[in-house]
Amino acid sequence: MATDQAHVPAAGELTESGERRRDFIYIATGAFAAVGAATVAWPLINQMNPSADVLALASIDVDLAAIKPGQAIKISWRGMPVFARNLTQAEQDAANKVPVSSLRDPQTLAERTKEGHTNWLITMGVCTHLGCVPLGAGEGETKGDFGGYFCPCHGSQYDTAARIRSGPAPTNLVVPEYAFKSPTSVTIG
Amino acid sequence: MSFPWAKHYEPTTDVGKWIDSRLPLPRLIYDSVGAGYPVPKNLNYFYNFGVLAGVALVVQIITGIILAMHYAPNTGLAFNSVEHIMRDVNSGWMLRYMHAVGASFFFIVVYLHIFRGLYYGSYKPPREVLWLLGMVIYLLMMATGFMGYVLVWGQMSFWGAAVITNLFSAIPIVGDAIHTWLLGGFSPDNPTLNRFFSLHYLLPFVIFGVVILHVWALHIPGSNNPTGVGIKGPQDTVPFHPYYTAKDFFGLGVYFTLFAIVVFYLPNSLGEPDNYIPANPLSTPAHIVPEWYYWPFYAILRAFTVNFLWVPAKLWGVLAMFSAILLLFFLPWLDKSPVRSNTYRPLSKLFFWILVVDCLILGLCGAKPAAEPWLRISQFAAAYYFAHFLIILPIISRIERPLPLPKSISEAVLTNAGHSVEAARAAVAAVPQPAA
Ligand code: HEM
Ligand code: FES
Repeated sequence: MATDQAHVPAAGELTESGERRRDFIYIATGAFAAVGAATVAWPLINQMNPSADVLALASIDVDLAAIKPGQAIKISWRGMPVFARNLTQAEQDAANKVPVSSLRDPQTLAERTKEGHTNWLITMGVCTHLGCVPLGAGEGETKGDFGGYFCPCHGSQYDTAARIRSGPAPTNLVVPEYAFKSPTSVTIG
Repeated sequence: MSFPWAKHYEPTTDVGKWIDSRLPLPRLIYDSVGAGYPVPKNLNYFYNFGVLAGVALVVQIITGIILAMHYAPNTGLAFNSVEHIMRDVNSGWMLRYMHAVGASFFFIVVYLHIFRGLYYGSYKPPREVLWLLGMVIYLLMMATGFMGYVLVWGQMSFWGAAVITNLFSAIPIVGDAIHTWLLGGFSPDNPTLNRFFSLHYLLPFVIFGVVILHVWALHIPGSNNPTGVGIKGPQDTVPFHPYYTAKDFFGLGVYFTLFAIVVFYLPNSLGEPDNYIPANPLSTPAHIVPEWYYWPFYAILRAFTVNFLWVPAKLWGVLAMFSAILLLFFLPWLDKSPVRSNTYRPLSKLFFWILVVDCLILGLCGAKPAAEPWLRISQFAAAYYFAHFLIILPIISRIERPLPLPKSISEAVLTNAGHSVEAARAAVAAVPQPAA
């Protein structure tokens, strides 16, 4: 009697191909739970990314008229400082004299300024090493060994085109997106 | 596990019996910090720091929860709310100083605890998991201390947050995305401060949980001891209570005395005056330094000033800094010598002390401006740090001839007392035996 029924393979028995029939159910359940967990996890992780109000890009207008050659100003943009510097002829010449191939992040002064406005060097005031504000834009601050900017945090030195010349920073100070509205005013962002 | 000769908990009162068969909490306490836990009888004062670390954690949690009742995690209010705690809240100045000084003391205690483990080989089998859990606690403490320091929202808070979160931007490809994700923006701002407050509140409780696992892992093999020789029998141990409860309470008294001296007379001696200037995102202080307990790692970070092997200097620094900590996780498998205690390892002992000096030099470099000669010194000291663990230690454990080990803890104790073992045995034999 009972032996008759034993012909039906029990759930734990192997099929011809060597799997147990339960294996499929285990894998299907596990896979379904994993997909579900990942779906829930993503919003939990993504909530830490910048919120809509932080992302709403602000742009600002800056009047450059008051900046004399050799001077610079610091502007706050998106919570970060931007340096706007009016290069003297000597500073531009110094930047142009450097062989570009010798640089860690090779760029010419012309590539880092706008055509016809090569005296206006506008960069982020954020060291590309670990984000400190380099010295050199304020009155009386040290400009470092290369006449541009000096980062006090770990000693990065930038030249008169704000290109990295020595120290741990990997790249030149970033040039933000900006456009000249008139010869003496720009819109940043 | 406990040793077979451990005393057994026997509830004597009816209430004791009633609770023992329902929730045997008194039994758990008896078996883990009471008379039911046999401990090597030769532990020295370096073995006090585990209990002290636990107490330091509790002090941080109690004072922290109170500070959170008065603190406002908002960039517009945070700095002023800390000043409000200092000036207006009843005893607020004391609570904040206890919390700030308490963090430093916590690290002092934990550093001594770690170096104790290094010296006596406590990371070796069978205590590897215990060591790994300790390292997890250390990492969590570093994260907690860092985020707590940001909460003040002074100049050092802000620029510390800027620099440390920027470390992650060195990771190729995904680095910038991680950096933005951590901050919740492009520079430290209100979202950053808010999440740091939330996590600074959470992590100490996570630490508490890992501490429980750490103690559990300790109680399986039992404590190591200054000889590093395993326990052989009842003559090697004493019950935790009253012997080590008494010793730990004495240590605690000394600890609280020193703590009180710093809290009441030197509360700002371990901090940076610049953090009493409100955060200014447009101007970095001329000389930014992290809290002292991060100095050695900060020095390693800054030691890399040039690109080499196609890897940028910035990434080198970050990798080196994180590996300096992660390296310690592999210690049980780097030092293969079967002898635990440096007392019997003349070469290893010598290099242990060189490592201590090296760490102090790194710490000094981390506190100094990023200029010569400190950069050059930190380069050598950082190279030595890695060489110690990756080259020197594995070689020593192969070539060293250890001194003869005592046969047991009790033999070592008796020899140490100024007599030879034979003399001690003779003395014991000479004592008139009571008549049978
Ligand atoms: C592992 C344990 C902890 C460590 C190492 C730690 C560390 C720190 C540090 C270094 C500071 C900055 C101190 C200063 O300069 O003022 C701080 C501040 C703070 N912590 Fe903690 N903390 C811990 C646990 C907690 C807990 C459990 C809370 C509870 C919510 C808490 C709440 C706060 C608050 C509100 C502040 C800001 C007020 C202030 O600066 O005094 N902390 N913490
Ligand atoms: S942040 Fe400028 S050198 Fe490190």
